[in-house]
Amino acid sequence: MTSALTDYLLHLADNALVLGQRNAEWCGHGPVLEEDIALANVSLDLIGQARLLYQLVARRQGGDATEDTLAYFRDTHEFRNYTLLELPHHGPLSGYAQASLDYGTTIVRNFLFSALMALLWEALENSAYADLAAIAAKSLKEARYHLRHSRDWLVRLGDGTDESHARAQAAVDHLLPYTQEFWADSPAESAAIAAGVGADPGALKADWDAIVDAALAEATLRRLPSGGYVPKGKLGIHSEHLGYLLAEMQSLARAHPNSVW
Amino acid sequence: MTTTLEEVWAALEDLADPEIPVISLRDLGILREVRAGADGLEVVITPTYSGCPAMGQIEDDLRSTLEKRGISARIVTRLAPAWTTDWISEAGKEKLRAYGIAPPHATPAASTVVRFIASPAKAEAVPCPRCGSANTVETAHFGSTACKALYRCEDCREPFDYFKPY
Repeated sequence: MTSALTDYLLHLADNALVLGQRNAEWCGHGPVLEEDIALANVSLDLIGQARLLYQLVARRQGGDATEDTLAYFRDTHEFRNYTLLELPHHGPLSGYAQASLDYGTTIVRNFLFSALMALLWEALENSAYADLAAIAAKSLKEARYHLRHSRDWLVRLGDGTDESHARAQAAVDHLLPYTQEFWADSPAESAAIAAGVGADPGALKADWDAIVDAALAEATLRRLPSGGYVPKGKLGIHSEHLGYLLAEMQSLARAHPNSVW
Repeated sequence: MTTTLEEVWAALEDLADPEIPVISLRDLGILREVRAGADGLEVVITPTYSGCPAMGQIEDDLRSTLEKRGISARIVTRLAPAWTTDWISEAGKEKLRAYGIAPPHATPAASTVVRFIASPAKAEAVPCPRCGSANTVETAHFGSTACKALYRCEDCREPFDYFKPY
């Protein structure tokens, strides 16, 4: 397997791990008990998907690579996740700023991402790489539940009180431009598509737009045209927020390398 | 002394799921196959949800059950085809219902899968496992585990878990 194809698998794995870790911040802090549990369950699915993909990469790389070395001993520039997924649960603030967790931001991001993954995993079921196709078939079932959950709440918050509407709209305005990265070219994706391993996100955009537009309309939320900077997280160029997230996630494994329990 | 495939099946027949102990791994469809591999006997399992924390426990339980019987076999994890709730046996579904968990409906055929459900009210009714009433409502998509949703019966007022189609 070429390094470009490994990068592609890491991109899928890092997406799942970083959002799983980010959403786990709600564990014990959910707005209501049911949502606390729902977010924890979504995170478990995502981290489970990441593990399957990291195990696959580790098998391909051989040597001392394991799912743990990939998750805990790579640094910010080696992560290949979309920038969208590493952002904190609030509006635009600097990396060290402290702010209350905003459930509108959480829900909008989960919706935008799971709408993509419900389509991408479906396309990857036909991957020429059988191990990836198997992971896709499993993950698709989970992504559809994640989409259903986040879409329901998107409508409830958008078409809810003045406060919930304003917060959901602010989250849509803040996060939608980051989705431009879904459709931007990357060498890893191009190589994976050329090899029949990856799926072309460009072919999914019309379906993704339809899902997003229908849900936003039902939620009485507006969609502004996206423009400006296109994030480059999948190329390893991240926002300042990923470092803080990784520091928290990796500190234990790095303080006690090779420990097991 | 060689162990036959039938002896392995017999040893694992009643091994219960760690999360829902009224149902066996075989009834759940997690235990797929016992076969003779190149290096000896192999027990093939297919994991459920990617994030199911019970999967590690299931492997440990299989290993210790086999060891107790003096059976040496390797546990093999097979991802494809992906586990589905359609593999839960009819007996298993009945055990779930008796335990108070509404068993899953059949998964929709691939060609008819909707990407989102605009109106949950149109979804197929989930009968209450206690009184059998179809007058039930979903209260949360995710219950105590990822594989279950929370429901409430509007007739007997009992809250219950629904094992979601997967």
